[in-house]
Amino acid sequence: MAQPKDFGFGEDEKMVRDSARKFIGEHGSIEKLRKLVGGDPDPEKSPESLYDAPAWEQIVELGWTALAIPEEAGGVGMNMATVAALAEVVGGHAFPSPLIASLLTTLVVREASGENRNELLGEIAEGKRVALAVTGNEGAWDIDSATIEVAASGGSVVLSGFSRYVQDGGKAELFLVAGRSAAGLGLYAVPADAKGLKVTLDQIVDRTRDQATLELDGVELPASAVIAAPADGTQVLEKALPALLTVVAADMVGASEWQLQTTTEYAKTREQFNHPLGFFQAVKHPIVNMMLEIDKAKSLVYAAASAIDNKPENAERFARMAKAQASDTAAFCSDRSVQLHGGIGFTWECDVHFFFKRNKHNQFLFGDGAYQRSKLMKILAG
Amino acid sequence: MSQAAKKDTPEQAEYRAYCRKWIEENRPEEPDFRLPLQAIEVMDEGVKEYLQTWQKKAYDGGLIGVDYPTEYGGGGKSGMQTIANQELAAGDVPYFINVIGLGMCAPTIFHHASEELKRRFIPQILSGEMIWCQGFSEPGAGSDLASCNTSVVKKGDKWIVNGHKVWTSLAHYAGWMIALVRTSNHDKYKGLSFFVLPVQDTKGVTIRPLIKITGETGFNEVIFEDLEVPDSYRLDDVGKGWTVAMTTLTHERGAGTLVGPNTGMSARGATRTQRLLELAKKCRRNGKPAIDDPFIRDRIALVAVWEEGLAQNQRRAKVPGLTDDPMRIPLQGKVSFTELAQLAATVALEIEGQASSLYIADPMAPDSGTWPLTFLNSYGNTIAAGTSEVQRNILGERVLGMAKSK
Ligand SMILES: Cc1cc2nc3c(=O)[nH]c(=O)nc-3n(C[C@H](O)[C@H](O)[C@H](O)COP(=O)(O)OP(=O)(O)OC[C@H]3O[C@@H](n4cnc5c(N)ncnc54)[C@H](O)[C@@H]3O)c2cc1C
Repeated sequence: MAQPKDFGFGEDEKMVRDSARKFIGEHGSIEKLRKLVGGDPDPEKSPESLYDAPAWEQIVELGWTALAIPEEAGGVGMNMATVAALAEVVGGHAFPSPLIASLLTTLVVREASGENRNELLGEIAEGKRVALAVTGNEGAWDIDSATIEVAASGGSVVLSGFSRYVQDGGKAELFLVAGRSAAGLGLYAVPADAKGLKVTLDQIVDRTRDQATLELDGVELPASAVIAAPADGTQVLEKALPALLTVVAADMVGASEWQLQTTTEYAKTREQFNHPLGFFQAVKHPIVNMMLEIDKAKSLVYAAASAIDNKPENAERFARMAKAQASDTAAFCSDRSVQLHGGIGFTWECDVHFFFKRNKHNQFLFGDGAYQRSKLMKILAG
Repeated sequence: MSQAAKKDTPEQAEYRAYCRKWIEENRPEEPDFRLPLQAIEVMDEGVKEYLQTWQKKAYDGGLIGVDYPTEYGGGGKSGMQTIANQELAAGDVPYFINVIGLGMCAPTIFHHASEELKRRFIPQILSGEMIWCQGFSEPGAGSDLASCNTSVVKKGDKWIVNGHKVWTSLAHYAGWMIALVRTSNHDKYKGLSFFVLPVQDTKGVTIRPLIKITGETGFNEVIFEDLEVPDSYRLDDVGKGWTVAMTTLTHERGAGTLVGPNTGMSARGATRTQRLLELAKKCRRNGKPAIDDPFIRDRIALVAVWEEGLAQNQRRAKVPGLTDDPMRIPLQGKVSFTELAQLAATVALEIEGQASSLYIADPMAPDSGTWPLTFLNSYGNTIAAGTSEVQRNILGERVLGMAKSK
């Protein structure tokens, strides 16, 4: 199939993006972000899962939770460029919300098939808060690293073990859990209130999200909870992986652009030695470098999105590139955004820290730049 | 069918087919000598003649100057040069030697010279029969071009030229130069004027080659001592030199109204990443295949990501919904592409390891020693035509709106 020149980002897609810019611009304004998650700086305060619940209801009404769900499963079936654009806007406001977790989970579930999959997608479309629990004990990045063990028991399955680094797990009503049995990896829908499941919030640096550890102690699930049968799970996850990488990369592109614009603004207004900071090239040139890096990352994100929809055989290659570039971009832009703000940039009071922490978190999520490049080389050179 | 070919009008499609056929039938024989990487390194009479013959042939074939009006020796078919360029790039043919003339002098003359000069000079530039050079830089005026100081003083109805131009690419073969000169010391910018100057075997003009870091020549210093020229060699008004120079520089950056014929490196089709992968498969690093070395793998992947990122930038630049500022990507082109070329060459040397010490004349050199040459040469492109630092000033000021640096 030919790749669309515009990455599939036409008028309809732009309309969704622009409405997201408007909605999140309002509900995820920097003042609201400060109020929501910037309250108590105490590093040892117990972790919380904070988001604007009424705004979430509206997001569901706007249909964003149905966006990535194929029409045949009751969704809107928008393309990957739209999903990327939405994630870019979320990142651009460091917007705390169950939305990214919902999109990530959707992108995995939609690669499965059958009745249970359709049922779950329907619930997600209607606003059920979900999260992806596919990472094992050691936090390995390989997508099939789950360490939860699955045993069959009559018609039901029993899950035991740990799932770690579950993004926005504190907000979820249901988890998509990857578990291992002799036959291979399967995917299971586990309600947050399932008996034997313990959800513990991690104490994390980035407060624009939450992260959880799941402990499953003999959680018994009916057959209807099986989203991907053992042996199918790995394939489903691998198929979905380029989309997961693309979403996280898009989030970083958005947050990095915020860092670029905010740092540029500061360089125009703050004066030292009788000049605005941007007059000095030790300030100006790194800011330009932020822009050069962001633009490559952004182009690769949409190239990946376009490949996922139109040329799946290239999807992993482009998504690895996008995540590699975006991870390094996020690290670089974070670094310069704090440094070039000087003392104020080092404070809790300055908004820069929200984006710094979100980007540093996403840099490592599903693998950092070096990891993505090693995977990319497997594709390029074998 | 290529992406570009798909949206051709019938007229464009017809011309494209013509170009393709012409190139197939007229592609020059592989030379039995090494072609330099770029036209601005040509220093051998035989190479020069080979390239000049090729340019003349392509001009006669209608692949050069297509966009120019017929009265100036052009094809009179506006918007077609791009098509010829795409086919030339895909056609694995040598570059054209008159690169400065085609890319900068002809457009400047077209926009600012008298009718008489246009009729006289543009056809010779297009055909390559007369090689042209650009006399902008001076020992005291590089990045700060407007501080140039070659003096041109009125004497009767003549002008007398005295001064010193440097880094003048192709001056050793050039018959003529476009020159930014000073006619007044009262104002930095308004004191500048613009002339075409005869430079070959001319009394009052001395041309001396300067040797590049690669050991090649290709650029020169040009010294003017009481060169006398008529007023008819002036472009635009006295004091308008800076405006004219802006036309030249806009075309140099590839953003002008007239598309220059394809004068870059002869395109081999392979991406930089592919060439590095091939290189890494045949080179050994510390006794093992370079392609298995994790450090080398990371470096090649970095080039791959960067190269694809820039290619996708070009695609995104045409999608208004995904570019909030339309100038942002185009203005990045010069710095991004020249620095990518430099990175790729840097990585090639890392792949070759000890063998990167072997230069183009060494029989054992991997890829015939082109990588050390490419690496050395890459600095020419991050320096010439607005250094990377100057490009970053431009981006910081024009795109991001930061205060102008001194
Ligand atoms: C291969 C090659 C071919 C060339 N061909 C031609 C030609 O045909 N005709 C012609 O006229 N010229 C030509 N040039 C000259 C070229 O345009 C100049 O070299 C270039 O403009 C830089 O000027 P400079 O060499 O005087 O360096 P300088 O301007 O002295 O710069 C030295 C260093 O200081 C930095 N610098 C200078 N000003 C600033 C600033 N404001 N902010 C930050 N950093 C700054 C530069 O980036 C550079 O790193 C050629 C150069 C090369 C390398």
